[in-house]
Amino acid sequence: MSFATGDAVRVSARAHAGHHRTPGYLKGRRGTIERVHAGFTNPETRAYGDDGTPARRLYLVSFDQPEVWPAYQGSPRDRLLADVFEHWLEADA
Amino acid sequence: MNHDHGHDHPHEPVTTAGEPPAAARVRALEELLVEKGVLGREEIRARIDWLVSRTPADGARLVARAWVDEAFKARLLDDARAAALELDLDPGPSPVVVALENTEAVHHMVVCTLCSCYPKALLGPPPDWYKSLPYRSRAVSDPRGVLREFGLDLGADIELLVVDSTADIRYLVVPRRPAGTERLDEEALARLVTRDSMIGVAQPAPAD
Repeated sequence: MSFATGDAVRVSARAHAGHHRTPGYLKGRRGTIERVHAGFTNPETRAYGDDGTPARRLYLVSFDQPEVWPAYQGSPRDRLLADVFEHWLEADA
Repeated sequence: MNHDHGHDHPHEPVTTAGEPPAAARVRALEELLVEKGVLGREEIRARIDWLVSRTPADGARLVARAWVDEAFKARLLDDARAAALELDLDPGPSPVVVALENTEAVHHMVVCTLCSCYPKALLGPPPDWYKSLPYRSRAVSDPRGVLREFGLDLGADIELLVVDSTADIRYLVVPRRPAGTERLDEEALARLVTRDSMIGVAQPAPAD
């Protein structure tokens, strides 16, 4: 499914054997869509010689630091932003 | 003199012994790619030449122009790739470059936790610390601590946004224009824009 700026999302917590660009520290974390980027070829298949098509939508997702690191020492307003492909995002009810 | 190649200090023969494992691996990979016809030696050489020809001076030109020209700044924040082309700068192979503006309320810093993604076309080759495991892990989990080690003590009232460039987008920070620079022209301003300030781990150099 596709998302719009401001949507609440959760990064899929699934494991993935092989190359992928979803950092482990963000898996299962809740965030908000900050920016909708263009579609890009899929690094998970491109890494193994495929052309990576069809392109997958990429999003800049914003996470509150205390959501990612419960023991976070900085300001609670600090945020972490990361680019996450659409097939790694789930709607967060 | 114990060698016959024309200079008179002794040394061990030059060999690849003692080469770090990573360097040996890269060399082996390069040999294989060339042997299999995936890449040509000229292509590899051309890419290395391109990379070492890039410097943070290009990124600094973008920032200095943004400091003196509000309309340009708006275009830079909207599409940094197009803004670079407007100044005849090479934005590099990444299809999208995003410029992030630091203000009195918000500070951005950039990291690539998965590898070392970096806007090389506009900043040159990344510094070794940017590729190091300690920076890559601590920039996301303890960014204020990392900034303090770089000499930047960020006030608690400033919102710190750490951007992890995990995919195809390259991020460039537009630092705040230093105080007392009202009389400087664009070229003088560009000299204050350091590489580290465009990664977001430092403020620009102060005006003299």
